[in-house]
Amino acid sequence: MVSPNPAENNGGSALPSAEARALNDVVIRLAGNSQDGIQTIGGFLARLAGRSDQDVMTYMTIPSTISGGPSIFQVRMGTGDILSSGDQADFLVAFYQHSYESHLSSLRPGGVLLYDADHVKPNPDDKRFTAIAAPITSGTVEAVGGSSKDKGKNLYVLGLIARVFNLDVVKLSSLVKERFGGKTEDIVRNAMLAFDAGYAWPADNVRDCFYRFNPPTRISGRPQVTLDGNSAMTYGLIAAGVRYGSGYPITPWSSIMEMLRAELPKYGGLFVQAEDELGAVSYALGFSYSGHLAITGSSGPGLSLKMEALGWAVMAEMPLIVINVQRGGPSTGMPTNVEQSDLLQALYGSHGDAPRVVLAPRDVEDCFYIAIEAARIARAYSTPVIILTDQALSSRIEAFDEPDLPALMVDPKPDLSARPADFKPYPLDRITHHAPPGSRVGSGVYPTVTGLEHDELGHPTGSPQLHTKMTAKRREKFKTLAATLPAAEAFGDTEGDVLLVGWGSTYGPVREALARLRKDGVKAAQLHLRHLNPLPPGLEELFRRYRDIIVVEINDEGLYGYGQLATLLRARYANPAIRSLTKTDGLTFKVSEIVTGVTKRLDRATTV
Amino acid sequence: MSAPEILPPVLPATDRAPLTKKALTADHPTWCPGCGDFAVLHCYYRALEKLNYPHEKIVTMAGIGCSSRFPYFVNTHGGHYIHGRSLPFSAGVSLGRDDLHVFVFGGDGDGFSIGGNHLDHVARKNPRLTYVIMDNFVYGLTKKQTSPTSPIGFKTKTDPTGAFDQPINPMRKLVDSGATFIARSHATQVNHMTEMIMRAAQHDGFSVIEILSECVEFYPGAFDSSVPRKGGTFGLIQEKKHDGTPEDAARHDTTDEVAAYRLASEPWPGLFGVFLDKKRPTKNQLEADLIARARERTKGASDLQLLQSTFARLR
Ligand SMILES: Cc1ncc(C[n+]2csc(CCOP(=O)(O)OP(=O)(O)O)c2C)c(N)n1
Ligand code: SF4
Ligand SMILES: [Mg+2]
Repeated sequence: MVSPNPAENNGGSALPSAEARALNDVVIRLAGNSQDGIQTIGGFLARLAGRSDQDVMTYMTIPSTISGGPSIFQVRMGTGDILSSGDQADFLVAFYQHSYESHLSSLRPGGVLLYDADHVKPNPDDKRFTAIAAPITSGTVEAVGGSSKDKGKNLYVLGLIARVFNLDVVKLSSLVKERFGGKTEDIVRNAMLAFDAGYAWPADNVRDCFYRFNPPTRISGRPQVTLDGNSAMTYGLIAAGVRYGSGYPITPWSSIMEMLRAELPKYGGLFVQAEDELGAVSYALGFSYSGHLAITGSSGPGLSLKMEALGWAVMAEMPLIVINVQRGGPSTGMPTNVEQSDLLQALYGSHGDAPRVVLAPRDVEDCFYIAIEAARIARAYSTPVIILTDQALSSRIEAFDEPDLPALMVDPKPDLSARPADFKPYPLDRITHHAPPGSRVGSGVYPTVTGLEHDELGHPTGSPQLHTKMTAKRREKFKTLAATLPAAEAFGDTEGDVLLVGWGSTYGPVREALARLRKDGVKAAQLHLRHLNPLPPGLEELFRRYRDIIVVEINDEGLYGYGQLATLLRARYANPAIRSLTKTDGLTFKVSEIVTGVTKRLDRATTV
Repeated sequence: MSAPEILPPVLPATDRAPLTKKALTADHPTWCPGCGDFAVLHCYYRALEKLNYPHEKIVTMAGIGCSSRFPYFVNTHGGHYIHGRSLPFSAGVSLGRDDLHVFVFGGDGDGFSIGGNHLDHVARKNPRLTYVIMDNFVYGLTKKQTSPTSPIGFKTKTDPTGAFDQPINPMRKLVDSGATFIARSHATQVNHMTEMIMRAAQHDGFSVIEILSECVEFYPGAFDSSVPRKGGTFGLIQEKKHDGTPEDAARHDTTDEVAAYRLASEPWPGLFGVFLDKKRPTKNQLEADLIARARERTKGASDLQLLQSTFARLR
C-alpha cells in the first residue's frame, strides 16, 4: 500500500515532460477549510475514478462548528481494488498554515506537498518531502477576476492535480459542467477559468512530479456508479420496495431521512419527520401495520429511544427496518466520529426476550444490497431488522458496479388478500404473516395485534405454557432464517495461524491487513460477518481451523478484555482462541494498526 | 395516499350486510362492573352501526391503560400498542392507508402524560383519525396514582396527602394543540357520546373527544357534579345555527379558536359538546398533493425508470 505505487512497466507518457511515472493508486489529502469546497474537488476526483473504471474510496472529516472550519477530504483512487482510504497520504494539498501544520504528519516521507504559496510558509529545513509551492489564491483571483475573490480555488487545485496526475481533462470538465449545470453560466465559466488556470500553471519546474495511472484492470460490462454509503442505503431501500418511513434528525443518520423525504413522494410514498424517535418508530410501525413495510432510523442515542417500541414490534411480530448509523458514544459522545459500539444494543437493547435480526454492511456497495436483504427478511419473517452502519460508511464515497435494477426492484404492493376462515394472526406452527387492515377474514373475526402475551388469535393470555410456546415461536423463526443463510466462508488460507474476524466498515482495512500478514508468512484468513443475528452457519467448524481468532472492531475492550462481537462469539462458541483487537479513538482502523495489533497478539500467543 | 389500485374492491353499502353490534362484539370487557368505559364502548358500537363502514376498513387502536384495553372488546382490525404512543402509530396507519377509518382510544395518563408530546404534534399535523380520551382523573390500571388531570387535593398512592401539582386543563391543551375537531362528553350521556363520536368520525382531519369516564374503583363520584341524577348539571354548548336570529349571536362559533379557549376555561364542571370544528388541510391531503406534484414532474415514469435515472446521474 505504499504509494504512489511505482509499477513495473514504465510505458510511454502522454505528458510533454516525458517524465510521467506510472502508478497503481494514490492517496491525495486535501486539507483546508470546509468553506473552500474541498469536498467538491474530492467528489470530482471520486466520480472521475468511477467513470474511468478505476476504484476509489474517500474519507472526510466534518468540521466541529456549523460555520465551517478546518476539514479534510482524502481520496484514494487508482487501478485495482481499493479497500481502504489509505493510512498515509502520498500527496498533500495544504491550503493554509494550519492545514500544513496539522496534516504534514499524515504525509509519507518521500511524498509530495503541494501548498498555497500565498498562505503557507513551510519549514525550509524539512527535506522529507517534495514541495511544490503554487500560487493557489493569487492564481485563482487572477484567473477568475471580478468580485468572486478567491472563490474557485478548489477548482484551481483540481486543475493542478489533473496536470500532475495526467487526469482525463475532458471527463473532468464534463463533470464540472454537470455539477454546475443548473447554475448560471457565470458560475460554470468561472469554474472552468479557475480549473484551466490551475492546469496551465507551469508545474514543469518540479520535474519529479508527473504521474499517470496504470490502465484499469476492471472487467465488468456494467458502468460504475460513485456515491456515499447513506445514499446507497437510501436507494437500496427504494429498490426493496420500501415507500414509507419516519425519523428524527441526528448526525450522521439525517441524510438518509432527508433523501427519503425528497425521493419517496416520486414513488408514491412518504416520509414523516416525527416529534422524536419514539414517535418516529411508532409512525413507522403504523405504516408497517397498515401493510407497507416501513423504515425508521437514527444514530446511537436515538436508537435507545426506539427500544420500547422495538420490544412491541418483536412481541406483535411486525415487520420493520431500523437503520442505526453508529457514531462515537455513549450519549452525545463524538457525533461526527466512527464507532462500532452499538452492536450489543442492537441485539439486546429493549426489554424481555426480544430477538430480532441484525445486519451490517461491509462497504458502500453493500449498503445498497443489505437494505434489500433487510426488507426481504423483515417481510418473510415478520420481524424488525436492524441495520448497523456507521459514520465512516455513511459519508465515504466509493465506486461500484451499477446494480442490475430490473432484476432487483421489489413491488411495494401490500398484501390485502382475503384471509381464510381459519386465519390466525399468531399461529404456533407457522411463521406469522401480518394481515393488514382492509384484508377481509373469512371467519369475520378480525385480529388485534398486541404487545401483551397472546394466544394464536391474539387474545391476551397469562398462561405459563403459552408464554413459553410463544417465546419459542418468536425465537425459532430465526433458526429457520439462519439455516437459509450462506455458510460462513473465510478469505485467505483455509487453515493456519490466525482468523481475522470483523463486521461493518472494517472490511476493507482488515482485508488489506490480511494481505500484508500473509506476505510476511503468516497463515491467515479473514471472516467478515454481515449477519450478526442470527449468525450464519459453519462458524464453529471454521474457528477450529485456526490457532488464533482475532476479532477486530472499533469499540471498547470492556471490563473483561473483549470487544462486543468478541464477547458475543465467545459466549456462543465458548472458544478460548477468540480474542480482541479494539480501539476507541473514533477513527477507522488503519491497516498498519491491524497488522501491528495482530502481530503483537500472535507473538504473545506463541511466547506465553 | 396509497395508489388506489392496491386496494381490493369494496362492496357498495347496499350490497353489504349492515354492520351490527353482534358483528362488532369481541371479548367480554375486563373492566370493573360500573366502570364508565362500558358506556363508551357501547356508544362506539352504536356509532359504527350507524356509520356502517365496510367492516374490514375499521381500525381500533389503543395505548396502555384500563381504557386502552378497548380494542380487545371490538371485533375490527386493531392493535394494542405501547403506553402513550398510539397516536403516532395510528397517524402512520391513516397516512399509509387513506381508505381506512382509524379510531384511537386511551386514558388521561396515556394521552396527557406519557403521550403528551405526541398528542401535540400529531394534532398539529392533522391526520384523518378520531381519538377518544377516556378521562377518569386517575391511573386506573396501575391502581390509583396521580394523573395529569387529578385535581389538587385528590389522595392517591403517590400523593397520600393529596395531589398538589397543578393539573392540566385538557380542553385548553387540545385547543392549543391545533386539533381541528374538539369535543367533550360524559360517559353517563349515551346519546350525546354517540353523537360526538359520529361527528368526530365524519370530520375531515384530526378529531378528539375527551369523555369524562368514571373509575368506580379508584375515583368514584369524580364527575357527579355533571350528572343531573346526582344533583349536578350537564351543561351543553349552544352551537351557532347561522340563522340570523338575535339569540344566535350569543351562541358558540365552533370555528373560533379564541371562543373555544374561552369555553375551555369555564369553571368546573364546564360545558359539553363541540368546542371546535374547523377546516384545515389534512396531512393525508397535503402528502397526497406532494406526491401528485412529484409524479407530475416525473411524467409518469415507473419506479424502475426513476431509480435507473438516479443511478445514471451517479455514473
Ligand atoms: C412505558 C410504560 N410506563 C409505565 C407503564 C405502566 N402503566 C400502564 S397504564 C398506566 C397509566 C394508566 O392510566 P391512564 O392512561 O389514565 O389509563 P386508565 O387505566 O386510567 O384508563 C401506566 C403508568 C407502562 N405500561 N409502560
Ligand atoms: S380500575 Fe377504574 S378505570 Fe380500571 S376498569 Fe376498574 S373502574 Fe374502570
Ligand atoms: Mg386514567
